[in-house]
Amino acid sequence: MLSDPDLYKLIFGRLSLEDIPYHEPILLVTFAGVAVAGLAVLATITYFRFWGALWRDWVTSVDHKKIGIMYVILAIVMLLRGFADALLMRAQQSMAFGANEGFLPPHHYDQIFSAHGVIMIFFVAMPFVTGLMNYVVPLQIGARDVAFPFLNNFSFWMTVSGAVTVMISLFVGEFARTGWLAYPPLSGADMSPGVGVDYYIWGLQIAGIGTTLSGINLVATIVKMRAPGMSMMKLPIFTWTSLCTNVLIVAAFPILSAVLALLTLDRYVGTHFFTNDLGGNPMMYFNLIWIWGHPEVYILILPAFGVFSEVTSTFCGKRLFGYVSMVYATVVITILSYLVWLHHFFTMGSGASVNSFFGITTMIISIPTGAKIFNWLFTMFRGRIRFEVPMLWTLSFMVTFTIGGMTGVLLAVPPADFVLHNSLFLIAHFHNVIIGGVLFGMFAGVNYWWPKAFGFKLDPFWGKMSFWFWTIGFYFAFMPLYLLGLMGVTRRANHFDDPSLQIWFVIAAIGAGLIAIGIASMIIQFAVSIRNREALRDHTGDPWGGRTLEWSTSSPPPDYNFAFTPRIHDLDAWYDMKQRGYERPREGFKAIHMPKNTGTGAIIAAFSVAFSFGMIWYIWWLAALSFVAMIATAILHTFNYNRDFDIPADTVVRTEGERTALLAARA
Amino acid sequence: MLPPLFLLLSGCNFVVMQPSGDVALQQRNLVLASMGLMLLIILPVIGLTLWFAWRYRASNENATYRPDWHHSTQLEVVIWTAPLLIIIALGALTWISTHTLDPFRPLGRLAPNRPIPADVKPLQVEAVALDWKWLFFYPELGIATVNELAAPVDRPLSFKLTATSVMNAFYVPALAGMIYAMPGMETKLHAVINKEGVYDGLASQYSGSGFSRMTFKFHGLKPEEFDAWVAKTKEKGTDLTREAYLELEKPSEGVAPRFYKSVEGGLYSAILNMCAQPGKMCMSEMMHIDANGGGGKDSHENRERLQYDNRRLEQGQEPNGATVPATGRPPRSEGGASEGDKAPHGDMQLHHH
Repeated sequence: MLSDPDLYKLIFGRLSLEDIPYHEPILLVTFAGVAVAGLAVLATITYFRFWGALWRDWVTSVDHKKIGIMYVILAIVMLLRGFADALLMRAQQSMAFGANEGFLPPHHYDQIFSAHGVIMIFFVAMPFVTGLMNYVVPLQIGARDVAFPFLNNFSFWMTVSGAVTVMISLFVGEFARTGWLAYPPLSGADMSPGVGVDYYIWGLQIAGIGTTLSGINLVATIVKMRAPGMSMMKLPIFTWTSLCTNVLIVAAFPILSAVLALLTLDRYVGTHFFTNDLGGNPMMYFNLIWIWGHPEVYILILPAFGVFSEVTSTFCGKRLFGYVSMVYATVVITILSYLVWLHHFFTMGSGASVNSFFGITTMIISIPTGAKIFNWLFTMFRGRIRFEVPMLWTLSFMVTFTIGGMTGVLLAVPPADFVLHNSLFLIAHFHNVIIGGVLFGMFAGVNYWWPKAFGFKLDPFWGKMSFWFWTIGFYFAFMPLYLLGLMGVTRRANHFDDPSLQIWFVIAAIGAGLIAIGIASMIIQFAVSIRNREALRDHTGDPWGGRTLEWSTSSPPPDYNFAFTPRIHDLDAWYDMKQRGYERPREGFKAIHMPKNTGTGAIIAAFSVAFSFGMIWYIWWLAALSFVAMIATAILHTFNYNRDFDIPADTVVRTEGERTALLAARA
Repeated sequence: MLPPLFLLLSGCNFVVMQPSGDVALQQRNLVLASMGLMLLIILPVIGLTLWFAWRYRASNENATYRPDWHHSTQLEVVIWTAPLLIIIALGALTWISTHTLDPFRPLGRLAPNRPIPADVKPLQVEAVALDWKWLFFYPELGIATVNELAAPVDRPLSFKLTATSVMNAFYVPALAGMIYAMPGMETKLHAVINKEGVYDGLASQYSGSGFSRMTFKFHGLKPEEFDAWVAKTKEKGTDLTREAYLELEKPSEGVAPRFYKSVEGGLYSAILNMCAQPGKMCMSEMMHIDANGGGGKDSHENRERLQYDNRRLEQGQEPNGATVPATGRPPRSEGGASEGDKAPHGDMQLHHH
């Protein structure tokens, strides 16, 4: 029956058995590993009869805390994938000199660097940031959940769907060979036929919907759901940075969606927005993608700045120095981040005045950023610094990020950029700020808020191991790239002629190896801490001597976060409460109105994977069916009136009473 | 640890830091000046971070502890003005240098204190980024080369750049900073080489499979050596006809230098206007029609003649970024390179709209 090519095409589109890379040893081993690990996880869940609980308590959960945790798990899982790509690139570049071609031909290598960039930005850094914001923001502002709890669940699962779509390309077909921003005309239908760029487009498009919606959700939450008395200038600094980040998300991500939609039209319908011929203009894509892309950088770094502010203030036992100037610095960065996009392509031939304008606006951003660094510095000044793991990450950040900031400002000088653009110097710069800024911030945040989320601290020994291996590994991996950039070595090459360069790539590969130990240490840290959780247990809910509201709750917080909505009188509300001899309320508890879990988000997201798979492989019936299913599920959901419930007053009384008794027993 | 490091560093060619052309040299100086300006603030910050971290460690009971101190107007003023002053200085430097080192701007000098003699005209070079090699035209000399560029020292060079398939960038680190080469568009670069030598040139914007090997040598020659090089090219070279160009334009990797003693008239202009292929309409012609109010409904007939990006698919060559199933070979297999002669696969056009 399937010998009829038309029928085959109707059913399977352009998909055939040959598109599965079963002959590729690297991928076979990877697939076997993933399959074995996946089966082990499935078997464990089945053995412990965890399926029901997994669905009821996690997949369908609208609790911002659980969603936050799931975002961070997604980020860590995807970090392993993205880092595996990094190891492959480092290995290839440290051996492919002269006659040695290495083990990755360009065709494969190009997919790896494209996937590495996409995964690290969209599916590691973004879920990390969103996860922390999701978990912490409602607790910091004294809210019981985010403004739109169902939307939150939906956003998360759309992000997962995007990640799944990109991951499918590893085992079915291929990924884009265009670099992480898929510049046309290279990414157009004529230059990149095949499924690679389509995987890119649909993976990002779906995840982008999730990100935009989650941005709207958190903006609404912060603007509308602050506890009484918490004026904007009493907002915890992490929440301030989250607000700015989400404003940026709401303003920037639709641009990404639009530009990807235009590229989709070029590829699927035959329009000519970004082609060379028939009036297309690829330079437009460069502009549009970076009008999203540059704010994206600040979307990632601002929450990390927020984490560092909280951590510095807590572990120095001191109020944050210059809160007001910190807030203004954040807002200024938010606004300026829209005025600098052209610095990503000074070399495209804009006039000198345009280039200077964008160069100077870029430099101006370093003023508020510098002010922030000074504010952390003077928070340390006359403090009592406890070198717990989160504080170590912060110190390493302050030194590392300063170096990355300096090379960034250097690249903002257009004639200097002419000699450094697209070189390994540039690669070193942005890894310097994204690893040294965003990732270090996220690691500080995970170590800082873990006891809040799970009720026990993380093991400090393995935390410090992870910290040192990451920090030292970072310098070994990226300082050589700065030097290679000064030797005129360009990015994305899979082979070099000059053997004198090899030593630097070998050093960089060793650095990547050290980072691998750092990542392993972190996973060991989680495992060891879970095993020793009773020894690491914190009953107070405030293990670090915290200053903001999240530390006033139990660890983990009850489903409803706060039995009574707190009244805020000062910045650092919890510190203020502690100073005034806060006493826990013992009576007057009422039933608490809460949203009900729903599977709709996960179901729509699952259909979206099927939809994108259909679009990517031209399996039109699948795409049409799953699109209809998505819409139908969304409409059906609007008829679901059974979407809230009350936590009875008795339960609240019991929960709060137990905690009061526990705290009294410890006192 | 330090001595071996220096040994390592001294063995390297930091070409960006030790360039041989005046433009690259000014760019190097700008890098150093900017770094110097920024280090004025970066070094104290790093120093203070480490010092404060040590001084105010929790175990140091002697250090002052002021848990409620969180504001100081004087400090705030310093915090904001210090970076501001540095950025004002750097901004001024940026404004001036961006204008003086604008690649589109003709050179003002050969080297510090060496103005351009009145009788010296810049040497014109038209560079085209092909898949994956560089084609250089010398319009005044009537010759062309592939993957080899030569120029006399101390004579201004005036480059015009374009590309044929995807975006690319032209970069000779020893000579001057890079600039994009883009299909259907022309960018410019002015530079001068001041020292004799053989320098590396490369493509510094990713362009597909052959990108890593899209390198060439740039020879800075004494004027008489350059004349000899031109004479040799004229003597040894072949003719770059339209047909020879169309053959050359097909994707190939790691191409050895080629020399052409003559060039068919208007070839560079045809490449720039995307009409080197017979039957195609030049962009300049279409723009002329548009400028005169457009061709109305009749211009629909021109559509076919204006389509350009699809020529790889039509000619059965693998496009730059092709992936499964359009490549017609198993996913991620060896031999990603598809040179013109070993281009496989009949089913490529299947997937093209």
